[in-house]
Amino acid sequence: MSWKIWSLKKSPWVFHVNTGACNNCDIEIVNLLTPKFDVERFGIKLVGSPRHADALLVTGVVTAQAAPRLREIYRQTPKPCVVFCIGACACHTGIFRGGYHVVGPVDKIIKEIDPNAIIAYVPGCPPKPEAMISGVVKALSVL
Amino acid sequence: MTEALENLFRLLFWILIFPGFLFTACFGLIASWIVRKVSALVQWRVGPPFLQPFYDVVKLMGKEILIPQQAQRTVFVGAPLVGLAGVLLLSTMLWRITIDQTTFVGDIIVAIYLMTMPSLALILGSSASASPHAAVGTGREMKLIMSYELPLVLAFIVVIVKTGGSLSLAAIAQQTPVFSISGMLAFLVALLCIQAKLGFVPFDIAEAETELGSGVLMEYSGALLAVWKVVQAMMLVVLPLFLVMVFLGGIRADFLSGLAAPSPVDTPIGNLPVGVIVLIAFLVTGLLARFSKYIDILFLLSLITACILAGLGKYVLIVVLIILIKNTNPRVRIDQAMKFFWFYCGLALAVAVILALIGNAYGINWL
Repeated sequence: MSWKIWSLKKSPWVFHVNTGACNNCDIEIVNLLTPKFDVERFGIKLVGSPRHADALLVTGVVTAQAAPRLREIYRQTPKPCVVFCIGACACHTGIFRGGYHVVGPVDKIIKEIDPNAIIAYVPGCPPKPEAMISGVVKALSVL
Repeated sequence: MTEALENLFRLLFWILIFPGFLFTACFGLIASWIVRKVSALVQWRVGPPFLQPFYDVVKLMGKEILIPQQAQRTVFVGAPLVGLAGVLLLSTMLWRITIDQTTFVGDIIVAIYLMTMPSLALILGSSASASPHAAVGTGREMKLIMSYELPLVLAFIVVIVKTGGSLSLAAIAQQTPVFSISGMLAFLVALLCIQAKLGFVPFDIAEAETELGSGVLMEYSGALLAVWKVVQAMMLVVLPLFLVMVFLGGIRADFLSGLAAPSPVDTPIGNLPVGVIVLIAFLVTGLLARFSKYIDILFLLSLITACILAGLGKYVLIVVLIILIKNTNPRVRIDQAMKFFWFYCGLALAVAVILALIGNAYGINWL
């Protein structure tokens, strides 16, 4: 294992992208930072700029408005990076499948610009914080 | 020829290894861990593991460096190095003065200039990045510098008056101007200015994670961001150290010998040095800290005890004050910060300067 991947596992900084979510997953993501779950134990930090991020936490079906923004944010994230699809909508567009405004799911949009992107899925509506932590752990152990 | 070479090597050793880069950077990263850990404990969280700041820097070193298309490349890449150079020079200078009393007339003025270097480099770098968020951050950083530089310099003028007009740090560090009314006022204001210089919470207006998305640092990534993180960590060593030297009488020249002295505890193998006992306590608590939150706190305490035993107690005091201010205040707006520094701090220091001058003229030491 190279030192780059080793250190990436020790301090994954995450950036939160909302591509048309109902805000439920977003609240659960913020929940991860509270004393009950405190992901800073694992060096996970929520950062304010995609250029600092190692992982993108994407929530929501990708709407027509959000798709170009999501592509741009993915381009601006320095590689290596992981994309997490948080929630049922981000994983497979959920109950909004076939909606007039839906162009997602997230993995389709990301793979359009980078076929080799590392994408992890955390389903649920919304996923429990425990599920998100377990998803992050599994994705990082695959790297 | 060989003597010149030897001098050069000694100089390089000073700047790159012992009091300079390696020592100060490691010290600073550990101090930044303490800041994060104590903040976490205040918020009833567990907080990051001991080596977290090192992991962060190593990780950033291995990431891709992205430079915005419209950025001014040379300035954007050069700015972090300029900032690093400034803080590196300052740290070497201050530690050399502490250890060896190598001083020259006017070094306090040089130090004041060097302290501004990282902030100026930050302004340069972020305004070269062609990002609107960074531009807002730059404007705020400039206003912040303008607001805290005035009270900071006034505070040092109080000290210079109190210590009989001497401009050399080694001479100033022999006295403790904080034990007087004007000195105390100056110390409190300088502490707040240091808080603003470090970009810590009531004054983290330029970085403002929530509304500017880390503002001035927004466009930096990879190794360049790592350099900024190291610069910030080194500032966390240098600025409190400077405050200690100016106001609290400096750190003892033999500040490491406290660890080498034999401890009063009798062990089967004789009186071990304090340093060895602290090291053992350190390793044991560090290993156990993997299993329990409470032993983690013990590890933190043993680290702080080690610092105090090594004669860095005054430094620890200032860092603790900084952490307390950081955790008990919300962020202020830029206009509030300016008003605070210019009107309240400036006025308080104008009074302090007058008091110091009166005290000097009539020989009243406590004024």
